[in-house]
Amino acid sequence: MARTAPVPAATDPAIIRNFCIIAHIDHGKSTLADRMLQLTGVVQQRDMKAQYLDRMDIERERGITIKSQAVRIPWEVDGTAYCLNMIDTPGHVDFTYEVSRSLAACEGAILLVDAAQGIEAQTLANLYLAMENNLTIIPVLNKIDLPAAQPEKYALELANLIGGKPEDVLQVSGKTGMGVEALLDQIVRELPPPVGDANGPARAMIFDSVYDTYRGVVTYVRVIDGSLSPREKIQMMSTRATHELLEIGVSSPEPTPSKGLGVGEVGYLITGVKDVRQSKVGDTVTTFNKPATESLGGYQDAKPMVFSGLYPMDGTDYPVLRDALEKLMLNDAALIYEPETSAALGFGFRVGFLGLLHLEITRERLEREHNLDLISTAPNVEYQVTLEDKKVIHVTNPSEYPSGKIAEVREPMVAATILAPNEFVGAIMELCQSRRGILGGMDYLSEDRVEIRYRLPLAEIVFDFFDILKSKTRGYGSLDWKADGDQVADLVKVDILLQGEQVDAFSAITHRDKAYAYGVMMTGKLRELIPRQQFEVPIQAAIGARIIARESIRAIRKDVLAKCYGGDISRKRKLLEKQKEGKKRMKMVGRVEVPQEAFIAALTTGESSKDKSKK
Amino acid sequence: MTPSALPLGDPAPADGILPAQAAVGAAGRKFSLYAHIPFCAVRCGYCDFNTYTATELGGGASQDAYAQTAVREVEFAARALAASGLPERKLSTVFFGGGTPTLLAPGDLTAILGAAVEHWGLEEGAEVTTEANPDSVTRESLQELARGGFTRVSFGMQSAVPHVLKVLDRTHSPERVPQAVEWAREAGLQVSLDLIYGTPGESMADWETSVRTALSYGPDHVSAYSLIVEEGTKLAAQIRRGQVPNIDDDDHAAKYELADALFQEAGLSWYEVSNWARTPDDACRHNLAYWRGDDWWGIGPGAHSHVGGVRWWNVKHPTAYANRLENGESPAAGRETLDGATRAMERIMLTSRLSEGLPLDTLGPAARKAVAGLIAGELVDPAKAFHGTLVLTLKGRLLGDAVTRALLD
Repeated sequence: MARTAPVPAATDPAIIRNFCIIAHIDHGKSTLADRMLQLTGVVQQRDMKAQYLDRMDIERERGITIKSQAVRIPWEVDGTAYCLNMIDTPGHVDFTYEVSRSLAACEGAILLVDAAQGIEAQTLANLYLAMENNLTIIPVLNKIDLPAAQPEKYALELANLIGGKPEDVLQVSGKTGMGVEALLDQIVRELPPPVGDANGPARAMIFDSVYDTYRGVVTYVRVIDGSLSPREKIQMMSTRATHELLEIGVSSPEPTPSKGLGVGEVGYLITGVKDVRQSKVGDTVTTFNKPATESLGGYQDAKPMVFSGLYPMDGTDYPVLRDALEKLMLNDAALIYEPETSAALGFGFRVGFLGLLHLEITRERLEREHNLDLISTAPNVEYQVTLEDKKVIHVTNPSEYPSGKIAEVREPMVAATILAPNEFVGAIMELCQSRRGILGGMDYLSEDRVEIRYRLPLAEIVFDFFDILKSKTRGYGSLDWKADGDQVADLVKVDILLQGEQVDAFSAITHRDKAYAYGVMMTGKLRELIPRQQFEVPIQAAIGARIIARESIRAIRKDVLAKCYGGDISRKRKLLEKQKEGKKRMKMVGRVEVPQEAFIAALTTGESSKDKSKK
Repeated sequence: MTPSALPLGDPAPADGILPAQAAVGAAGRKFSLYAHIPFCAVRCGYCDFNTYTATELGGGASQDAYAQTAVREVEFAARALAASGLPERKLSTVFFGGGTPTLLAPGDLTAILGAAVEHWGLEEGAEVTTEANPDSVTRESLQELARGGFTRVSFGMQSAVPHVLKVLDRTHSPERVPQAVEWAREAGLQVSLDLIYGTPGESMADWETSVRTALSYGPDHVSAYSLIVEEGTKLAAQIRRGQVPNIDDDDHAAKYELADALFQEAGLSWYEVSNWARTPDDACRHNLAYWRGDDWWGIGPGAHSHVGGVRWWNVKHPTAYANRLENGESPAAGRETLDGATRAMERIMLTSRLSEGLPLDTLGPAARKAVAGLIAGELVDPAKAFHGTLVLTLKGRLLGDAVTRALLD
């Protein structure tokens, strides 16, 4: 058992092992990580809080890791003190790019799978990513203490996937600590040490970048070649921007300044910049004095896939929302936004997200950390519309959709992987087919579990696809997707009219075949949600000038208190005062009073959003 | 007539002294007395009023001792008003409501009335009403009330249809009503009938039967109320459990329109949203006092009072009420002193319900602007508005609260 660690900046790469843990949410990654920190003495028992590495409240509550961290831990095998760097990876489909950068910082990966559940789609996708990066995979079944664990079955599944023997699959329990020491030994024995040119120009890859209120941006790097030292001037290779290195160190797990970082080492840099955009994930850090000529490659700008309008419930909160977004942007390089005005919802922002979880987390953080009540409009993808005059416009909001003279519309596509027990294959195919999916292939992972691949329009999976998949597979189905080009599609904009007035917040771009269904659904929903007015209110769905669905809200005929005598007056007056207050929370669409709640309810699919991000 | 839930207000002082504003302009306002009699033979399933069956209470709150307790409040009121600088005013109207006032012996009711008359006196031609259940009066009791100074009786007829009365838990048989009306006429009392429409299970034909039956008794005055399902009542629970169907506003509207047409046909005109009278003199002047913002003192548990923009309400429970008075303390549970804007709001809320209407020149510019929209929406009579008064149309009466809200913007 190692109790003395090699010193950063003076560690022989031969005793370094860099690894990450690939796991599905709820499969126990954070618990296992916690156990490793304890076993290696990095965190004392008394400092231990559950899921030490998940820093944000939202992360702990949702049991997911949004931002990855890296921890340096000592471990001794056969009398040699090794230095293990554990890089915690984000566990959700929206953050695939960040996962890929974390993987690129490692030589090996622990494939951690719940022994009662088997591998899930996102884990499989990340496993493939790791294998493509030539990482050494250590298959591990977790939670083997559970009565429902089926280690034999899932060991076979993992062995099939990575091409090993079921007996080589380690069995651990993050909860009890069983098998964790053997796993640490295995990491040292099996993973190759990092290899790099110690004397070459410095090249370090950024795999995470976090904004800290007190310290500015903290950048996590893995040094590939050369070394970085304090007080050195560094340079970002994508932008050639230079920064002073104010502090360099390692996390163990609290940040500890060091004399530098050498080949194969993992640590953090602080330069005093205030915006994570100046220190982007995937970028290569070199030194200003002896710059590398070639970056490490693999750098990409974050590309938002899903767009939604965010509006404060109370219009006077607009400046609060603006400031909140500005602040959040410092910590989230993937977040983009621009001001937007809706006739129905007032002033707000159109915000681009990596995916639905990213949207939900962002919204939740804005609401929680800035005490805001927000309405988010139905998520949209980005359409590329070519007009007859060859002009191309990018549409992320239905209200920008041109009304005519369209030559072609292209919509983004995704390659989706769904894992589920084979009894649900029919239901899944039916669902994907109804979402304009094209079957790409199907493989058996084990006797009774299949991997189904579909190419689907992104727009078809951003709304309620995952909820339906879950319910059709009784919770067993899992989904992963990645961008996969685009396709020409026959799309139309469906407008919703209240008493002849278009309500921009309810407009949607849909496939022509689904326009009618959307119109019927939305008009029906609004009929239930909008209170009766003093006049009849027709609700129509229209494509251009053509009405495709209609409902109507009958006029209210009675709105008067029958009895208003001496004892009723105070109560009645207070009721009217309350109604008057309530009226302030109404949005006027023409003459129609629409309660805020109707907007929210009409724009939400159901109560399952929390679940969605958890699975 | 006192709803069970009391409003939230400021504490009321034990001596009952009113804030200075209560006396301002009092000489120009009429003064009325309301007496709440908190007893019923049975509690009706729809009723959330502050009433108790005879066996529920004891001591000063008991049915036997109640008149004495009420007289104590009359005496307290006279002292408190005088001490608050209010001028001496004769009573313009007196109204006994409940509960079922006629569950008390006629002598009890006339004793309470007598105490009030002793302290304040009655105006010439004053209106003195009691509510009554058709089965809690006799020829003799009505004669005695008339002799004791009562001028008017309002019967809780509610419906002429047995299955409707059953849902309402009303115990009287429909045949009892014409008998009671006849006795009241003999005694020289003005007669009003109360009807309820929209009871679960009541058809349009049932309602028409009730209205026509009531009219056949030749009342001077009719009140017709849509059934309101109040929380906490037996009826609310029955609806929640699906034992009886829920009420329907559209059904209420249709029944209101039918009743209004039949009343008009029979020569009764509306003068307030839920009230119709044969002649202007048959209108209930006591209730008009509420809507016109006059002063009144309400005695009895849970009773509300209003004097010059000060509203207060008594403790709800008859025992607590009796104890307060026995200790020489005000029975008020809370009160509110209305500012000018709130009084203006109440005035709009109340006078817009009346056929005499709301003078447009008392409205602010925004409210006056809203009138045009109300005329366009056919809620306000255009000709009367042209002559300077806001009067609701039939459609407007059914949407009276919406009209008030529009005027309050």
